[in-house]
Amino acid sequence: MNAPMNAAPAAARKLRVATTSLAGCFGCHMSFLDIDERIIKLLDLIEFDRSPLTDIKHCGPCDLGLIEGGLCNAENVHVLREFRKNCKILVAVGACAINGGLPAQRNHLDLRDILEEVYQTEYLLGRGGIPNDPELPLPLNKVHPIHEVVKVDYFLPGCPPPADAFWKLLTDLLAGRTPSLGHGLLHYD
Amino acid sequence: MSFELETALSPEKLRRVAIDPVSRVEGHGKVTILLDDDNKVHQVRLHIVEFRGFEKFIQGRPYWEVPVMVQRLCGICPVSHHLAASKALDMILGVKQLTPTAEKIRRLMHFGQILQSHALHFFHLSSPDLLFGFGSDVAARNIVGVIAAHPEIAKKGVLLRKYGQEVIRMTAGKRVHGTGSVPGGVNKSLTPEERAELLKDAYQMVAWSRDAVGLIRQLFEQNLAEYNAFGRFRSAGMCLVRADGAMDLYHGGLRARDIEGKPLFDHFNYGRYWDVIAEDVKPWSYMKFPFFKSLGPDEGSYRVGPLTRVTQCDHIPTPLADREREDFVGFDGGSAAGATLGYHWARMIEMLHAAEGIKDLLHDDDIVGSDLMATGQRQERGVGVIEAPRGTLIHHYRVDENDLVIRANLIVSTTHNNQAMNTAVREVAKKYLNGREITEGLLNHIEIAIRAFDPCLSCATHALGQMPLEVALVGADGTLIDDVTRDQRGLTRAP
Ligand code: SF4
Repeated sequence: MNAPMNAAPAAARKLRVATTSLAGCFGCHMSFLDIDERIIKLLDLIEFDRSPLTDIKHCGPCDLGLIEGGLCNAENVHVLREFRKNCKILVAVGACAINGGLPAQRNHLDLRDILEEVYQTEYLLGRGGIPNDPELPLPLNKVHPIHEVVKVDYFLPGCPPPADAFWKLLTDLLAGRTPSLGHGLLHYD
Repeated sequence: MSFELETALSPEKLRRVAIDPVSRVEGHGKVTILLDDDNKVHQVRLHIVEFRGFEKFIQGRPYWEVPVMVQRLCGICPVSHHLAASKALDMILGVKQLTPTAEKIRRLMHFGQILQSHALHFFHLSSPDLLFGFGSDVAARNIVGVIAAHPEIAKKGVLLRKYGQEVIRMTAGKRVHGTGSVPGGVNKSLTPEERAELLKDAYQMVAWSRDAVGLIRQLFEQNLAEYNAFGRFRSAGMCLVRADGAMDLYHGGLRARDIEGKPLFDHFNYGRYWDVIAEDVKPWSYMKFPFFKSLGPDEGSYRVGPLTRVTQCDHIPTPLADREREDFVGFDGGSAAGATLGYHWARMIEMLHAAEGIKDLLHDDDIVGSDLMATGQRQERGVGVIEAPRGTLIHHYRVDENDLVIRANLIVSTTHNNQAMNTAVREVAKKYLNGREITEGLLNHIEIAIRAFDPCLSCATHALGQMPLEVALVGADGTLIDDVTRDQRGLTRAP
């Protein structure tokens, strides 16, 4: 699997990659980092745009965008559209981005009931009240998968997808191949 | 702690600067700063926009699903949620004592978690600020820059994290979101091969963790005045300690001290945590503001996590980490132990403790044992508390006679630090931003104060002021998918 990366010409332009977590738990990002020391070699071939690892706050023009997490509030929608606009290839990473994942378990409940449950609990009444400052993004009534809102080019399944799936995706793209996950890399747990 | 700079008197006259999102932290948050025409700071707030409602949608689920479900709160420290939930459910099953194999496997998993999370936070996220300087070039101020400038340091960080993840994989089944811990015990122990595999590198990890403590100490020595003063404030604190007062990250009683360092409570049974802490809600953050009940919401905030644990325990039960603890609390007359950046130093001492703990457990034959589960008398209510990488983590459930969860309350580590983080950023804003032209480098100082706490924030945010109050979610094909409006009380569904 390492061959295409070593074969890439040293002077070639680096693949510019942006990553973000919407309504995700960062577990997908962790699994990406689970490529371990391969990250050091990878950084000769890719560069990060907006990502939790850099201080770039907005996504600029990129070759690849990796989206973890579904859409649970208005801000998620805004960030997703910014990524779609700037990324040539957009990938839905993990169960949450692909179908809403665990946070979507709130979809059969009424949002107000949930807020009341969380902020007016029986055990811990402080001064109470539901947060509603304009600085807080509006929650959506339901958690949505990202393909309902923008076109998605590839889906990387799993909760989280295994580190080798990230590696395969990136090495395929770097070698100019259509990414494809073989048996063993398609996980759904 | 004071509430200075929390709320400006006339916000409408002020200019707003936002750090959005706060980067190089786990999860998303944003900071808003309100300034007048002379750049005097009037208001600073760290907003947490995480809202997922786990407490609600977990209701009605069978209890045995809970340890696997709740770890999806956080992919950085899933083991903490996995174990805190398991501990609460042990209580529901009436299990008072786990089998030795189960307890040691869980402790091993937890040490793996502390090791990987602390390594990730220090090397991948925070070290660029410390190695390159607070206002250094934004383009290089990240792990890529560290790999280029300090490849040896970066490589150790990557491999320490990897080792912690491997410990988790072998005890939990998967590196992220494993299934190893179950109510009443664990579902696997280590095989002799796994044990041998982990033992190979165990001593190396101890040595590298020591190097990491040495590195942060050296950084303190080189920048003593700046590090000691940076975002400094006095704070109360809370953590678990073992019966003999030693640090114990897996189990113990609650110890709290006020801002003078005087005891508030000690060895308190966490099964009744609601007797000593309560939570306040503020309209501008989804994250609650916990406080000690005896001191009230205005005076009772406190902090948790490595700095509190290392300074409040009587000793650390592994020798190398304990020597480093003594060094740390005595350093420069104890000044580093009260500094916000002292969190980094304390975190590295804990990483060393975790590495030593892993090494010791790997020599214990119980970890390859086969007696995995214990039983007891079924109860209705269970509370599980653990010291997660970021601090005290509380899970609380009630389960009905059909084995379904009927109530849940979670207080995650970062929540305890909510007020402390807000105070720290206000201190930094006062000192570095007041009256100056705001630059990217200056704003990074605010983020450095937040990073010291290693917060886990989750879920993105953006200035709502720039968005319509009514939001329609329109799909790629133009159909309306979802919409919401905001009313006085909070939220309503659009008609
Ligand atoms: S798919 Fe799983 S690992 Fe990824 S963000 Fe969602 S819950 Fe976390």
